[in-house]
Amino acid sequence: MTIIFDGIAYGMLLFILACGLALTLGLMNFINLAHGAFAMAGGYVLVVLTQRAGVPFLACLPLAFLVTALIGALLERTLYQHLYGRSHLDQVLFSVGIIFMAITAVQYVMGSSQQIVRLPDWLQGRVEIAGIGMGVYRLFTIAICAVVAIALQVGLVRTRFGSQLRAAVDDPTVARGLGINVSLVFAVTFAVGSGLAGLGGALGAELLGLDPVFPLRYMIYFLVVVAVGGTTTITGPLLAALILGIADVLGKYYVPQLGAFIIYTLMVLILLWRPNGLFSRAVAR
Amino acid sequence: MSAPSRAADQSSGAIPADGGVLAHTLSRPPLPLAAEIAIWIVAVGAFFVVPDRALLLNEIAILGLFAMSLDLVLGYAGIVSLGHAAFFGAGAYVAGMLAVNGYATPLPGLLAAGLAAALIGFLSSFLILRGSDLTRLMITLGVALILLEIANRFDDWTGGADGLYGVAMDPVLGLFEFDLYGHTAYFYSLSVLFLCVLVARLVIASPFGLSLRAIRGNRLRAAHLGIGTSRHLVAVYTLSAFMAGLAGALNAQTTQFVSLEVLDFHRSADVLLMLVLGGTGYLYGGLIGAVVFKVLQTLISDLTPQYWQFWIGLLLVVLVLVGRDRMSERLGALLPGRRRGVEGDPA
Repeated sequence: MTIIFDGIAYGMLLFILACGLALTLGLMNFINLAHGAFAMAGGYVLVVLTQRAGVPFLACLPLAFLVTALIGALLERTLYQHLYGRSHLDQVLFSVGIIFMAITAVQYVMGSSQQIVRLPDWLQGRVEIAGIGMGVYRLFTIAICAVVAIALQVGLVRTRFGSQLRAAVDDPTVARGLGINVSLVFAVTFAVGSGLAGLGGALGAELLGLDPVFPLRYMIYFLVVVAVGGTTTITGPLLAALILGIADVLGKYYVPQLGAFIIYTLMVLILLWRPNGLFSRAVAR
Repeated sequence: MSAPSRAADQSSGAIPADGGVLAHTLSRPPLPLAAEIAIWIVAVGAFFVVPDRALLLNEIAILGLFAMSLDLVLGYAGIVSLGHAAFFGAGAYVAGMLAVNGYATPLPGLLAAGLAAALIGFLSSFLILRGSDLTRLMITLGVALILLEIANRFDDWTGGADGLYGVAMDPVLGLFEFDLYGHTAYFYSLSVLFLCVLVARLVIASPFGLSLRAIRGNRLRAAHLGIGTSRHLVAVYTLSAFMAGLAGALNAQTTQFVSLEVLDFHRSADVLLMLVLGGTGYLYGGLIGAVVFKVLQTLISDLTPQYWQFWIGLLLVVLVLVGRDRMSERLGALLPGRRRGVEGDPA
């Protein structure tokens, strides 16, 4: 049971990391492989703030979100927005370029060693609930991720901005004609997506490890979550992330010699079975 | 940007027609014969100009072959692959393991490696027939990662993270001993490359090649014309995997070393960059791109050995923002007899 619990925590974390990608990829149809770079940025913001500036851990999480969202907004305005209508090949090349630059830039500034995150005392240790041992930090992670997931779902379905976004995605021309500032909507969405990745990176720095090759190491995981979960809903990626997290943790625990093999095989099989994702509408966009 | 192109791009996932923006920017007229001959004269001549750089030339020839194999898939069939290193790596490991276990004759080893890669390509080609661009990206990436994981796991055979040492080859055809300076290696690789280009030329000029281009243009329409789209894609993917396997085997045989790096994501990304630098869809793009890439890499890593990746990344970003076509056309304009701006402006 503890393992499954760990898997859930891991899966929730993956969801937070990947849901920004689900937004850009699913709603804006932009293959952004560099999504992990934003997550890495969030992680490094946390590390720098807690260790160098002595900011308390809790205050760092929103800061990580904000800083990454800012970076995301900046990049969207300067670079990404030119690529929305381009072919997927262009988008792939572009974002791979961004990954390479991010990796080397971080290596240059922070060194290539793994960063250690110091958690505050009250987040360390374990508790027993109903006979299941749980790490306090993992519980904390799950709680935050659940809140974010609910907020996202409500934000997309219930708010005015959410409907504007969906309108802008369905038909940018008509949306523009209706007076919706489409490029602003896209910019905000991109910024929020990046910010969420940053939040996930900050939260996950302790569980996933943080070093300059983070964007490449977890790129495949993010893509799996989005590709398997389908890109039309929030619940799809959430379920996919949970399945992935639990499967990965179980696999690593019971058959460690197979390692990541299980995940990749699982992914290929699922995509073979449902090429547009497990939980997508009949016709993917 | 403009709404129609967005819509076209989006619809590519809905019906299995991957036309739209991608196909439009992938095609290019074939090189005139004079330019082709010039390229090969330069390739052979380069050895006599800088014989002490034969190792680098050898690497370029191998990467050129690798990039050309990707061109068959991307430039002619319109499939974006992020895992072409799978076939390169498979070829490298098969050639390497054969040599380590005593079967050190180069040509049979080369062939075996190519066939092994082709087998993997054949099997995985069925995976890429369905789904959208994203699904294909994931699957190609996934196949490469699975192979990497296998190579890492079975370290009794592959040497795992330490790499496969002791790949010692017999002389090519029993005549040409491999030397330290890469002289034999370069001509060996160049000959294989030449043969592969010949084969690829024949293939793309055949009705089969024309059908491929029809599929790239609009898969649905091609199917309506009576072209067996799946069969064609499987065939070209297998052929491409075979050639990538040959490139990998050449790499293993001439550098006498195989490491996990041959299956790395970097390799898939680099080869894509090379191909795009040189331009897709006219066979020689991969070769030209490999030259540009390798020369750049050598120059930059002389300046900043640790951080050359940054500049490659920057190059990619700039390349995409400026526009792939304009860039490669400018490069192409440097070649004799290559006309500029034949295709429509991509913007």
